[in-house]
Amino acid sequence: MTTPLLRTEKLSKTYRIGGGDVRALVDLSIAIPKGEMLAIMGPSGSGKSTCMNLLGCLDSPSAGSYWLGGEDVSQLDSDALAHIRNEKVGFVFQQFNLLARATALDNVELPLTYGRVPRRQRHEKAEKALAAVGLGDRMDHRPSQLSGGQMQRVAIARAIVNSPQVLMADEPTGALDSRTGAEIMALFQRLNAEGITVIVVTHDAQVAAHARRILRFHDGRLVSDEAVAEPVRAAETAAAALPEAA
Amino acid sequence: MTYADCLRSAVIALRANLLRSILTSLGIIIGISSVIAMVAIGAGAESRVKESIESLGSNIMIVLNGSRTTGGARGGTGSNTTLTEEDAQALQRDIPAVEVAAPAVQGRFQLVFGNTNWSTSIYGITEEYMIARNWQIDQGRAFSEMEYRGAGKVVLIGSTVAEKLFPGEDPIGKVIRINKVPVQVVGVLVTKGQTPFGQDQDDTAFIPLTTAKKRVLGGRWVKSNLVGSITVKVRDADDVGGAEKEVTTLLRQRHRIPEGGQDDFNIRNISQFLAARAESTRVMGILLASVAAISLIVGGIGIMNIMLVSVTERTREIGLRMALGARRRDILTQFVVEAITLSLLGGLVGVALGIGGSHLIAETGEWPVLIEPQAIMMAVGFSAAVGVFFGFYPARKASKLDPIDALRYE
Repeated sequence: MTTPLLRTEKLSKTYRIGGGDVRALVDLSIAIPKGEMLAIMGPSGSGKSTCMNLLGCLDSPSAGSYWLGGEDVSQLDSDALAHIRNEKVGFVFQQFNLLARATALDNVELPLTYGRVPRRQRHEKAEKALAAVGLGDRMDHRPSQLSGGQMQRVAIARAIVNSPQVLMADEPTGALDSRTGAEIMALFQRLNAEGITVIVVTHDAQVAAHARRILRFHDGRLVSDEAVAEPVRAAETAAAALPEAA
Repeated sequence: MTYADCLRSAVIALRANLLRSILTSLGIIIGISSVIAMVAIGAGAESRVKESIESLGSNIMIVLNGSRTTGGARGGTGSNTTLTEEDAQALQRDIPAVEVAAPAVQGRFQLVFGNTNWSTSIYGITEEYMIARNWQIDQGRAFSEMEYRGAGKVVLIGSTVAEKLFPGEDPIGKVIRINKVPVQVVGVLVTKGQTPFGQDQDDTAFIPLTTAKKRVLGGRWVKSNLVGSITVKVRDADDVGGAEKEVTTLLRQRHRIPEGGQDDFNIRNISQFLAARAESTRVMGILLASVAAISLIVGGIGIMNIMLVSVTERTREIGLRMALGARRRDILTQFVVEAITLSLLGGLVGVALGIGGSHLIAETGEWPVLIEPQAIMMAVGFSAAVGVFFGFYPARKASKLDPIDALRYE
């Protein structure tokens, strides 16, 4: 097997709250190969969000090491982390986090403006990303003119526009109804099939069932790491939920 | 993120809260427009004072005869006539700082033309007087050398006199009588307007000094070399004080006044008084501008206030931008550019309003205003500086946010 895309070695995060220390993540050592579709599960306070923040380079660990694409990123300063996030990580959030005043195209272009991509290239890339999530005809719409599922698609287009190595999704279906949620999961599975590594953080077992591997956390520790024998095919669920398409 | 991107996102953000942006800029608009208007008013007042100094003749002082004490009763200024034409010549010759020293006599007489008449101040002058007081001829001509020396029967009249004696008529060549002496009008003086003290400078008439003594005043003046006053013009405005001392010393010598004795003359230094007035006008202008500048600072605080609110409101947006790869510097630049855009737009509108307001004041209040390009450039630069200064703190606050906390902010 080749070197994994993400690898952590005794990765820990300790917060200082009030007088005491809270150990949000304890000695996490995992390896995630390229092309994986992974779910991180656990109740709130289990350390799954801390894990995602560290893997997504939003935060620096208190101890341990983390290699992303062969580069040790655990000691980098905030500007260098911003650069890594910009180039190697794509984020999808529960609340979409789109800029309400900007069009879908402008929203998707946003990461490219921080990557100093020339204007014309930005347009091309953003249009391609929107087309890839099936919103080629909604580019000039503002978030208020889009449905929840469409907004999340714009957010996914924004996450993949810079061709990141890993896509981090934090409860991506949490604000959507189950059918739209299935559509979004189908999109993740399709992108994963095209070669993007996907990490989904969720407390919902049904969502996690779409992954090929599930990590479970409890009290800051990894308690189980198992492969899913037969991941749910989201495209089929979504189709089944559509009466007229059935 | 390039500056163009920053500017674009600033305009989008400001447009999203249009009313709030306008209200925030209002502080800067009021500040800048009042600075422009106040500076224009100050500069206008200053230029008017300068003009009136010019009209009096710049850098001049007037030497008048002193007073005589007769049996305990002290006469007023001029009651003791001791100044002579030779004194004037000596002042001009012996004091380098003095450009000209013009002897003159003065009296109030009735001017008669046909069946109209008008009482005015008649000055018997020499050519130096025209130079010292900066008098120009509007119509006709000045006195000739011959007329000055040979007591020519000629007169120069001020524009007010011309109006009173010759309404709707050409005064040049007409013969009028001063104290029964017929003299011919050869010229009309350029209008000077009022002195800063409210006197009409154009209500006057000039005749040669020799004419005044021999033909008009008569009596003791006929054969004497005495004069009523000497108008001294100093070369440099800064020398007026020093020249005054030299004039005093020289006159005391010539009049043989012993050490400790009283001067038998008075020196009136008008231009120095006016310079002080100009200075006080300038100070007033600066005060007005500073009051206006304070309102600009208040406007800046308004911008800071709104930017702080905006940073709080957009905490999640800031977190998102950071997650997408914005460095702290990018966030800082974005918010500073937003504050500058706000203040600079306010500044430009303020400049327009300030110029308009100044013109309105100039027209309705008949108040002199003077808009200087430097004032406009300074105002625009200052409004940008206000944006940077008051925008920096909120922007820094935004850039210091932790991306995780910011993303989670509700």
